[in-house]
Amino acid sequence: MDFQLTDDQRALRAGVRELLERRFGRERLRAAVDPPRDAGAESGEGSCVLDRALWRELGEAGFFALRLPEARGGVGLGLPEAVLAFEEAGRVLLPGPLVATHLAAGEVPGAATGECVVAAVDGALVEWLDTADVVRGDVTGAVALRSADPLTPLHRVPRAAPPDPVAALLTAAEQLGSAARTCELAVQHARTREQFGQPIGAFQAVKHLCSEMLVRVELTRAAVYGASVTGDPLDIAAAGLLADEAAERGARDCLQVHGGMGFTWESDVHLHLKRAWSRARRGQGAAAAEEALAEELAAAAAEPGR
Amino acid sequence: MDLSYTAEEEEFRARLRQWLAKTLPGLPPKPSPDDWPGRRAYDLGWQRTLYDAGYAGLHWPADAGGRGATPTQHLIFLEETEKAGAPYVGANFVGLLHAGPTIAAEGSAEQRARWLPPVLRGQEVWCQGFSEPDAGSDLAALRTRARRDGDDYVVNGSKIWTSHAEVADWCELLVRTDPEAPKHRGISWLAMPMDAPGITVRPLRTLAGSTEFAEVFLDDVRVPVANRVGQENDGWRVTMVTLSFERGTAFVGEVVACRRVLDELAREARKNGRWDDTPLRRRLGRLNAEFRALWRLTQWNVSESQRTGGVPGVGGSVFKLRYSQARQELYDAAAEVLGPEALDLGREWTTDRLSSLSYTIAAGTSQIQRNIVAERILGLPKGR
Repeated sequence: MDFQLTDDQRALRAGVRELLERRFGRERLRAAVDPPRDAGAESGEGSCVLDRALWRELGEAGFFALRLPEARGGVGLGLPEAVLAFEEAGRVLLPGPLVATHLAAGEVPGAATGECVVAAVDGALVEWLDTADVVRGDVTGAVALRSADPLTPLHRVPRAAPPDPVAALLTAAEQLGSAARTCELAVQHARTREQFGQPIGAFQAVKHLCSEMLVRVELTRAAVYGASVTGDPLDIAAAGLLADEAAERGARDCLQVHGGMGFTWESDVHLHLKRAWSRARRGQGAAAAEEALAEELAAAAAEPGR
Repeated sequence: MDLSYTAEEEEFRARLRQWLAKTLPGLPPKPSPDDWPGRRAYDLGWQRTLYDAGYAGLHWPADAGGRGATPTQHLIFLEETEKAGAPYVGANFVGLLHAGPTIAAEGSAEQRARWLPPVLRGQEVWCQGFSEPDAGSDLAALRTRARRDGDDYVVNGSKIWTSHAEVADWCELLVRTDPEAPKHRGISWLAMPMDAPGITVRPLRTLAGSTEFAEVFLDDVRVPVANRVGQENDGWRVTMVTLSFERGTAFVGEVVACRRVLDELAREARKNGRWDDTPLRRRLGRLNAEFRALWRLTQWNVSESQRTGGVPGVGGSVFKLRYSQARQELYDAAAEVLGPEALDLGREWTTDRLSSLSYTIAAGTSQIQRNIVAERILGLPKGR
C-alpha cells in the first residue's frame, strides 16, 4: 500500500495547474463573470459564454481523453488521474460542462479533442444546455432557470437521469479543489488583513475557522482519492457527501473570514459558494447517498462474522 | 496512489489472522474495569503472548528490540487484531507508544538496554507524568521542580491525569530543571521509578464512574541523573517527539472498532424497530461515510510516514480533530438507537458514550489541536 501521489501524478497535477493558471487565471474568471455588456446579450445564456478556444486547448492537453485508451487516441490513464485534473478545474472554477464532455470522450465524436461541447442531464438539472453541441439524456420539457451560479447556465428537467458514479466522483473532485482553494484564500486574507493592531489570523476565533476548513479538505481528499482508486460506488457516495460539505462550508467560512468584503460581488468567494451549491445538486443527492451507505451497514450486520 | 497490499504484506496478514484465530480462544477472561492489579496482569500477559509470537514492538526499530516492520505492516496488525477482538494495548499503552519510542529515538545505549526490553516482554508498565493541575493544555507551564543534588535530582510537585499510575513501574516525567529559563526551555525528561520514596498516588474518579487515572504527588523524590533521557533542559524537544508518537498512531485500531460498532448499531436498530426512523437511518449512513473517510485518512497518514520514514507529522492533529468529534457523534447516534436504554449503564454503548467525551480533551484539546494546525500547517501568526 502506497496511498500517496506517484511522481507521474504529481507532474500531471502540476501540468494541469500551470495550464489553468495561464489560461484561466483570476482576470479571465472575472471577465467571464462580468463580460462587456453587449457580449452577454448575444450569447442567449445571459452572460455565460463558453471559451471554445480554451475548451480545445483542454482537449489537446488530454483533459477529456484522459481515461480513453491509447489505442483509441486517448491518454490511457485512470480515475485517480482524472480526479487530480478535475480537482484543479474546481480550484479555478473553470466553467463549462467538463464532466459531461469528459464522460462523452470516445462516445461522442469530437468530445475527446474538445471540438465538441457535450452537456448531459445530471440529477434533475442540465448545465450549459443551449451552448452544447450535443446533449445526452432526456431534456424534453427542460425549463431555463435564472441560475444562481453566474458561470453555470442551468435548465431543470422533469425526468432526472439515473446517477453515474464516475460523474459523481469527478464532481466530488471539483468540490475538493474548490474547498482547498477557499481554505487558501481565507488563510491568505487572515495572514495579511490587520485589525486591532495585528493580523486577524492571530485571533483564535479566526484561526479555528481556518483549521477546521483544512481538516475538512484533508478528510475529503483522502475520501476522494481513495474512491478514485477503488472505484467503489459506496466509496464514491461517501466521498461525495464529504466533498459537498467541504466545498459549501469552506466557502461560507472563507466568506466569514473576509468579513464585509466577503459579501461583495468583487470578492471571488461567492462564486465558489454558488458553484458548490450547483455541483451539490448533481447526481443522486445527499439523501440517496446516505440511504445507500446505511443500507450497506444493515447488509453487513445481517452477514455474521464480517 | 495504491491501496493494494504487496504479496509480502498479504502473507503477513494471513499469518497474523491464523495466529489470532488460534490464540484468542485460550486467553483468560477479561478482568473488571476497576480491578487494577487484574488489568495489569491481563495486559502484561497479552504483551508477553505477542512477544513470544514475535509480534511485540512491531513498529519499533530493530536496533531497539522491535521488529522494524513497515508502518503498513503495523497498520495491518492494528486492523486485524481489532477485527479479531484481541485485547487492547491497555496498561502497555504509554510504554509501547510513548516512552519506548522516545527512549529508542533519544536514549543512550545503556538506557535503551535497561528500559526497552521489559516493555516489549510485558514485564514493566509505564505511565505518563506530563500534565499538572495548573498546566493542562499549557503543558510547558509545568512547575514540578527537579533540583540537582549529587548524582540525583530531587523532585517536588504534582502530576494529574496519569493513566495506570497505580500499577506502573516507571513514569515518563517532565520536570523543570531551570526555573529561570523561558517556559519551553529548562525542562528535562526523566524516567522515574514509581516505587521511589515520596510518591503518593491518588486515583481520580471520572464522569464515567471509573478510576481511569490518578493524581501523583511528588515529595522529595530522588531520581538518578542517569535516568534523564536527552540533555538537561532539552526535555521539551524530547517531549515533542513523544507527543507526535501519541497523535500519529494512537487511533488506528479505534477507527476499525468504530466501523464495527456502526455495523452493530445497524443490527440493533433493525432488531428494535429504530431502523424505520429515516433521519436516524440517514445519520448512520453519514457516519458510515465519515468513518470510511477516516480510515482512508489513516491509510494516507501511514503511507506518508512510510515515505518520509520517520516520526509522524502534524497530520495527526488533523486526524485527531475529526476523529474525536466523529466518535462522539457515533455514540450519540448509538443513544438514539438504544432509546430509553441509553441511560442504562449496563449497556456498553452507554459507558462508551461517556468515555467518548474525553476524546476532544485528552492528548491536547481540540482547541489546542486547531492552534497547531493553524500555526504549523497553515502558517497563521501565533496569538497572544
